Amino acid sequence: MNIFKRKVKKTVLVCCGTGCLANNSFEIYKGLKKKIEDLAVNVKVRPVVKATGCNGLCEKGPIVTILPDDVFYCGVKVTDVDEIVENTVLNNKVIERLLYFDSAKGKKVRSHKQSEFYRKQLKIALRNIGQIDPGNIDDYIERGGYSALRKVLFKMSPKGVISEVERSGLRGRGGAGFPAGLKWRQCAEMDNFPKYVVCNGDEGDPGAFMDRSIMEGDPHSILEGILIGAYAVGSEKGFIYIRDEYSLAIKNMTKAIEKAAERGFLGQNIMGKGFSFDIEIVRGGGAFVCGESTALMASIEGRVGEPRIKYIHSTEKGLWGQPTVLNNVETWANIPVIINKGAGWFSRIGSKGSRGTKVFSLVGKVRNTGLIEVPMGITLREIIFDIGGGIIGSGKFKAVQTGGPSGGCIPESLLGLGVDFDSLNEVGAMMGSGGMIVMDENTCMVEVARYYLKFLSEESCGKCIPCREGIKRMLEILEDMCTGKGREEDIELLLEISETVKEASLCGLGKTAPNPVITTIKYFRDEYLAHIKDRRCPAGICRELTVYYIDRDVCRGCGLCRKGCPTEAISGEIGSRFTIDTSKCIKCGSCKEICRLNAVKVLGGAAE
Amino acid sequence: MFYTKTILNKYPKEQRYLLAVLQDIQKKYNYLPRGALIMVQEYFDVPLSKLYSMATFYKALSLKPKGKYIIRVCDGTACHIRGSALIIDEIHRLLNILPGDTTEDGNFSLETVNCLGSCALAPVMVINDKYYGNVTPALVRRILKEYGGVNCEHIQEKG
Repeated sequence: MNIFKRKVKKTVLVCCGTGCLANNSFEIYKGLKKKIEDLAVNVKVRPVVKATGCNGLCEKGPIVTILPDDVFYCGVKVTDVDEIVENTVLNNKVIERLLYFDSAKGKKVRSHKQSEFYRKQLKIALRNIGQIDPGNIDDYIERGGYSALRKVLFKMSPKGVISEVERSGLRGRGGAGFPAGLKWRQCAEMDNFPKYVVCNGDEGDPGAFMDRSIMEGDPHSILEGILIGAYAVGSEKGFIYIRDEYSLAIKNMTKAIEKAAERGFLGQNIMGKGFSFDIEIVRGGGAFVCGESTALMASIEGRVGEPRIKYIHSTEKGLWGQPTVLNNVETWANIPVIINKGAGWFSRIGSKGSRGTKVFSLVGKVRNTGLIEVPMGITLREIIFDIGGGIIGSGKFKAVQTGGPSGGCIPESLLGLGVDFDSLNEVGAMMGSGGMIVMDENTCMVEVARYYLKFLSEESCGKCIPCREGIKRMLEILEDMCTGKGREEDIELLLEISETVKEASLCGLGKTAPNPVITTIKYFRDEYLAHIKDRRCPAGICRELTVYYIDRDVCRGCGLCRKGCPTEAISGEIGSRFTIDTSKCIKCGSCKEICRLNAVKVLGGAAE
Repeated sequence: MFYTKTILNKYPKEQRYLLAVLQDIQKKYNYLPRGALIMVQEYFDVPLSKLYSMATFYKALSLKPKGKYIIRVCDGTACHIRGSALIIDEIHRLLNILPGDTTEDGNFSLETVNCLGSCALAPVMVINDKYYGNVTPALVRRILKEYGGVNCEHIQEKG
């Protein structure tokens, strides 16, 4: 139930997430606040932090929502402030021009809840984001916050909590999908103290930002989850490891910890029930491998973040050799809901082996980029075409990449796949933290594989040889292919090295690193062959294998392209046809971007 | 090295605060001066080699001085497939620096980062703390001009 419905007061929510802030949303917030204060009307304005939105509209600029009518405006400008206050806030008139255009329905909708994008989603981990002010603990409490903690402390035994989480079927949302309840039980059964609880908010995956959005937009739900976990396993000390680049997330989490301590949800003798717990934030050092649990713990201890072999579980010997439970941000955010609504309710959502929902960051060449939360088992087609609104521009779908650098590329023929932990593993991809990157025909799959391998070779900690050397050799082969120096036997060689790296690497980074290569070869072998045999890049991405030219039948000689060219490679007379001098062209694409007639074309061939 | 002392005084002498201390020093100076590292070594009583191994391992730390404006271009997957490489090329052409370098006048440093979590705005570029979304090569020129980085008259303004 929407708690704002009970109030007569109107609330104006302004998204102040990083994405919207980049588009001046804070100015809009200040403008709205000032205007409303000047008019001295009984309206409450609150800033809401909602990083690159659950609505997927952040690319359309700042978002303003007016409650309780649930009017949803996107692409708001500072100059719209007066009109919004006068028309919508005071007189309940909707400003048509600012409404969201639902491409699935082909019309504008008053609230984003009426759009296709919203209707297929189910929000558990993202339940409060965009609805509350993360800096205000009362907002969270109003929406049922900390009631799960109260329930646990007053009515449940630690064992009871663990069996509730076990029965819910919650699997860790960090990527591997290890059952959360089992992890907790293993830790609870150890009898050496102290025990530690850790929240992984490192999120090094390129293309994923769900953890960031939860930390920025709803920090208390993470805290509450951690508190419940700590109570269950008998821990008195916790750590939240947050990526250093996420400054707003660090700020909001720090504030949330302070506020929770003020209210007595953290600290000594919480709610008078004899349970004490403290939590500390550790800033990550910017190393992808620190997302791996053992490396993360090494980093918290103030060492270089190298992983260790996991023949002993962290639940037995983790931080400083003590029993430790480590879960990811999204996992923790799910916990309060499971306690409040019960394991039965939770386990009815999702698919057989994967209960509940999963947050994905749907990005790339898709219309509605943003965060989505869907029940597991939903098909890729539903995610990309119903929720995502299909491919942006005129391009055609080519592949979707899931699970970050360790994941794989899934081709069109598998779009009917129901998304959960096991089904993704079966096709060679993985859930990972939940990045979902949609690629269209202008994406070169060989180059994508090269991109991930480059990332991984830089991020490999170098401790074990298969990972350090194997990834590097694979990268060299792929770089050769992208520059037209590929050899026919390279594909087999790549697969052979992949096998070794997978088998022999020490930690998850190396074990999954070959996935992008294996899946692209499996599903897009043609493209590899085109690079090797024909010295041609079908997508027109690999520069050495691509030539830009101006289609003389289309060009009308406006000369815009020449202005945009940084190397003066374009020549011609205004009014006649222009040409590109290939020897000077650096293939930056400025001309293609600027041409209004689409006369600049890319030829995916002719290496010499 | 006054600031280093202030930073050190905020933290107890426990090894687990090493990374945080180094990050704070990095924030203050934009790199880790050797003098500061020696002070850290004395304070925590750890070998200097350990500090260097951390400084080279973590991306957030740098042993090379950085410029006044740090340009960070996101090269996360979403930004990558929406053309971050073009942005890097454009900066390279305008300022003559590659990722990891600093301009000779010490004004600009260029870095790539693996994801800023603003994928909806891809490609994204950050200068110090200011975010720029949906960046195009043309926009790069305009933005760098704002920071006094480009004074090439032959580059024409567009749009």
